[in-house]
Amino acid sequence: MRTKSAPYLFLTPALVLFALFLAAPIGYAGYLSLRRVKVSGLGLGAGSRSEVWAGLSNYGRSLTDPEFVPSVLRVGAYGLIVVPCMLGLALVLALLLDAGRTRVGTFTRTAIFLPYAVPAVIASLLWGFLYLPRVSPIVDALSSVGITAPDALSSGWVLYAVANIAIWGGTGFNMIVLYTALRAIPTDLFEAARIDGASDIQIAWRIKIPVIGPSLVMTFLFSLIATLQVFAEPMTLRPLSNTISTTWTPLMKVYRDAFVRNDIYSAAATSVIIAVATFVISYGFLKFVGSRAFSQEN
Amino acid sequence: MKRTFAGVLAAALILTTAACSGDDSPQEDPDEKVALTYWSWAPNMDKVVEGWNASHPNIQVTVNKQDGGDPAVAKLLTAIKAGSGAPDVMQAEYQKIPTLVAADAVADIAKEAGDLKSKFPESAWNAVTLGGEALYGVPQDSGPMMFFYRSDVFDKAGVQAPKTWDEYAEAARKIHKANPKQYLGTFSSNDPGWFAGLSQQAGASWWGVQGESWTVAVNDANTKKVADYWGGLVQEGVIDNKPMYTPEWNAALNDGTQVGWLGAVWGPGVLEGNAASTKGKWKTALLPNWDAAAPANGNWGGSATSVTSQSKHKAQATEFVKWLNTDPAAIKALAGTANVYPAANDATSIALTAPPAFFSNQTDFYAIAAEAGKITKPFTYGPNVNVAYSAYNDAFGKAAEAKQAAGFGAALDTIQQATVGDLKNAGFSVAG
Repeated sequence: MRTKSAPYLFLTPALVLFALFLAAPIGYAGYLSLRRVKVSGLGLGAGSRSEVWAGLSNYGRSLTDPEFVPSVLRVGAYGLIVVPCMLGLALVLALLLDAGRTRVGTFTRTAIFLPYAVPAVIASLLWGFLYLPRVSPIVDALSSVGITAPDALSSGWVLYAVANIAIWGGTGFNMIVLYTALRAIPTDLFEAARIDGASDIQIAWRIKIPVIGPSLVMTFLFSLIATLQVFAEPMTLRPLSNTISTTWTPLMKVYRDAFVRNDIYSAAATSVIIAVATFVISYGFLKFVGSRAFSQEN
Repeated sequence: MKRTFAGVLAAALILTTAACSGDDSPQEDPDEKVALTYWSWAPNMDKVVEGWNASHPNIQVTVNKQDGGDPAVAKLLTAIKAGSGAPDVMQAEYQKIPTLVAADAVADIAKEAGDLKSKFPESAWNAVTLGGEALYGVPQDSGPMMFFYRSDVFDKAGVQAPKTWDEYAEAARKIHKANPKQYLGTFSSNDPGWFAGLSQQAGASWWGVQGESWTVAVNDANTKKVADYWGGLVQEGVIDNKPMYTPEWNAALNDGTQVGWLGAVWGPGVLEGNAASTKGKWKTALLPNWDAAAPANGNWGGSATSVTSQSKHKAQATEFVKWLNTDPAAIKALAGTANVYPAANDATSIALTAPPAFFSNQTDFYAIAAEAGKITKPFTYGPNVNVAYSAYNDAFGKAAEAKQAAGFGAALDTIQQATVGDLKNAGFSVAG
């Protein structure tokens, strides 16, 4: 008896926390997404509004909102900029640090990692100041040598401006993950290659990158999820320009619906859509790449 | 050990029951000690409230500082939905009151407050009663719009303070021509309240009540006139198209490239914070007018103090709210310590005798403000101002970025559609 109940006893804290802080909120969001407020007449005074079942109408409105599809496409374009740039940069920096074995290694590593420790809102404010022509030292410096910098927050550039903040903030973290994986590779692998006459680039390309494949997959997945959830950067930059709308990304639409329009029901429906999409994309990606990336581990 | 615990528990139970019966009894004990919480974002409000706490030992008010009007309302509505967590007293912007009433978040205190109508200007009173018999708050501060301009730049360009919008446009052209870096103003896609004030001056009232239905008129002829006017100036390039309240705008005020601002009576504080190096160079005037023979004005900002529907001490809370906004000492503190422009009619005579420090050379500052308040046109807010305002951000953001006059009128149609659509979708009855 005692031994039978023991595993459940050990599991209880985790299960309770999971139920309270994950399952219950998700369930509640799902419930809210099927509800709506029904107002009668002028809607003033107590009793003029009641909560009723809405069926799937919140989902319908969310998906047919003329701002929803553009925001999804925008995040897609944003991801196409951020993920390759950030991971490419992180990989190159990790390989350089691993190959260089210089004395400045520790300092450089910390310096590259540091932006990750800056909260996204602070980073966005910081970059916001650098983007605004009248307060930006960069624009100042460029104009003193006769170059007119483009307005980073104008409609043609704003996507890159937001992507830049994410790349600046995220490269360090991914670099550390990849660098740690590189350090874990047994050195005899490249010593053998070096004796055979392989160059550093060949070693990186043929040995190091394939071996850290699983880490690359993991960082890619994290970046993908972060992309789908991009919120803090455009939200912080929004009041600085005309070009970022309140529904610039899907999550911003959720925020606007919930806290600006006080319509938590539509917000819940859009959240559920985003959650399902994130799950499908992540799972699909893992399914696609998983067998290849992890096969060598078995 | 067990016994002591039981004793403590019993004592706690007795206390709880006592507290409950105190709440439930209709006859309030005058000596009952009551603690009230007050959400406000006005600076130094806690110091204003100290004056009340010192003289009312039985009704102690704690100020809970909020980030601003929007986040405070979002928090309050969440607390109302949750059923607990709302304060007793809440600072609420005039344009949020219909939303709060519709969500049953603020209490009707008409009975507790008694007759206060004569103490406040008509437009503010209208905003807290929604034109009916109920009273959803006591007006705290108001924001009649005013025009601020750099008199040194005007003198240099040979321009007079504009009395009409035609003269304003002419002044904008002259100033921008004399120095292409300088602008008389900017069209801000970030400040729907500002544009609503300008439309109010032109005679618009975006919402209205017709029988048992709401009317929405964001794209009526009066507002169209205002939008077309600004679209024309932005397209011409004599007015900037960047939003206000950005580091960019602050720098432009300070370095003298923004040489005018259509602000409101609380503007000196903003200018002092953002453009300290231009102190003494600014003057103020009434807003330019559409018809010089019939001067009018609009309102930008201003708020009331409301009692929330969750308060268990409505009578005491109302007493505090009344004191805060009508007692001469409180009005003095509101004006002097919290730096707001009190809504009460006698504020100008009680508290606002000297001009704000930033405009120390303009002795008639508050006389102009009082005049601006007097000619403010009526304007009715509806239950979904938030929807219209966020639609304003998006629609006018696009229009201002494109710098095409035609886009400004079209933006109004977009806002109108979004506002009416939202009302209908929620089930409000909408006329027209």
